[in-house]
Amino acid sequence: MSVPAADASHRGAAQTDQSYDEAFVELERVTVTYGAGERAVHALAETSLRMAAGDFVALVGPSGCGKSTILKLVSGLIRASSGYVYVAGREIGAAPVRVGMAFQNPTLLPWMTIRENVMLPLKIVPPFRYEYRAKRKGEFRDRADALLAQVGLAGFGDRHPWQLSGGMMQRASLCRALIHDPQLLMLDEPFGALDQFTREELWSIMQNLWMTRKPTVILVTHDLKESAYLANRICVMRARPGRIIEDHPVPFARPRTVDMTYQPEFVALTHHLRDAIFSTGAKEAA
Amino acid sequence: MSREMKHRLASAALIIGFFVAWEVICRVFNVSSIVLPKPSEILTTLVARMPAIWPHAAQTLYETLVGFGLGVAIGVVIGVVVGSSKLAYDVAYPLLIGFSSIPKIAVVPIFVLWFGAGTVPAVLTALILCIFPVVVNVATGLATTEPELEDVMRSLRATRLDILTNVGLPRAMPYFFASLKIAITQAFVGAVLAETVAGNLGIGNFMLIASSNFDVPLVFAGLVILAAMGVGLYVIFSLIEMRVTGWARRKELTAT
Repeated sequence: MSVPAADASHRGAAQTDQSYDEAFVELERVTVTYGAGERAVHALAETSLRMAAGDFVALVGPSGCGKSTILKLVSGLIRASSGYVYVAGREIGAAPVRVGMAFQNPTLLPWMTIRENVMLPLKIVPPFRYEYRAKRKGEFRDRADALLAQVGLAGFGDRHPWQLSGGMMQRASLCRALIHDPQLLMLDEPFGALDQFTREELWSIMQNLWMTRKPTVILVTHDLKESAYLANRICVMRARPGRIIEDHPVPFARPRTVDMTYQPEFVALTHHLRDAIFSTGAKEAA
Repeated sequence: MSREMKHRLASAALIIGFFVAWEVICRVFNVSSIVLPKPSEILTTLVARMPAIWPHAAQTLYETLVGFGLGVAIGVVIGVVVGSSKLAYDVAYPLLIGFSSIPKIAVVPIFVLWFGAGTVPAVLTALILCIFPVVVNVATGLATTEPELEDVMRSLRATRLDILTNVGLPRAMPYFFASLKIAITQAFVGAVLAETVAGNLGIGNFMLIASSNFDVPLVFAGLVILAAMGVGLYVIFSLIEMRVTGWARRKELTAT
């Protein structure tokens, strides 16, 4: 593996090393099979993954390689066919872990204002839901406005989603994923439908949000540059059956910038990832 | 704006023109009022006989609204149950389609058999005619929630009730209010239908008696009352729909 030399003093590298001592998220020999008998689809072959609290892992790979399946396993939306998923030291579902999610489609509710959309998790998730009535016009409102300001949407709280551009809706969707201070943030190609410039701007915003709040993040993406810009580690996956074939640290210092993505080390890393995805079988033998 | 005004004026002109043409044809060809009375004649009859018509109109309105109210309440309950569970949707849909494809006039005799002639069959006919549009619309609105949005809610550990009240029901609102416009018209049709077949009061019964007396202008006066009530009810529910679910027609909203 020709990996660009990692500087151990970088935050990214330090995080990676820690993750093998104390796992916040742990997949232990997990498989997922949809359907049964001859029609069965092995979405995920035996897979193990450990993430420390506050780690940022990107899952990259072709369609159907089980990226979203891992995301859904960790957020408790589907159950493993075999193996174990632990979050915060307990089996998934047992621990009251707060989860935030954002998708390629912003899925904002059109009958609510942007602010109400952002505050939606506070209406659902304990302990906030018990205080929602009392605080929605005070503390929670201010909290939503502060978060909106952080992503560049100050003053847009009273608008409705359809009055905003795609990029602005996606920012609001990120705010909704973060408002309840989730320990786990699940991002399923959240920047996939945006134009290049908006995407790069949101990378920087996302990095800021992560650096200030330190949730444990899993990012599913097709964009290798995006994965190398944002993540501490990149897991390269392969399809049929879905599995992780490589777990790669990303050593670059933070905060990372778009300029850095043109540096030779950065290009070498994305190039290497590309090779890993496209070479057939060679990697597994190595 | 001026374009919209033009369209409104044209539509008003068409309505007035229709009645003017009717009047002119009757006068030019000297049509007997036993066959087709002139609009002016209908209008004078309507004004002169108003005291006799009024109780019948009130009866029809009463039956329509009671049947509509009950029908919508039942329709919403069935629609929520059917729409919020995939299982209920798959299981109940064939039966619902079967029921809704029965021509509803065919059940009036059964209601008469059970409850006798009068108010009850009219209310029941109105009721069953307006249940189905409400059920189908509410169920569709609930069942078509985006799966990703449900993932967001489920990852927040939202209960089914949370999802229903925060996502499902608001989403189903435009469908529901659109169905109310259809339901009120259907309820009205049902009430008049039952009155005509087996009533002793109401506009339907009133028109039947007037026609058997060959009082044709009075029959048409009844028709005018029906048209006015039907349009009135439709307009009321359209206005409610616009107020409550403006977000569903966002393009118009952003334009203003």
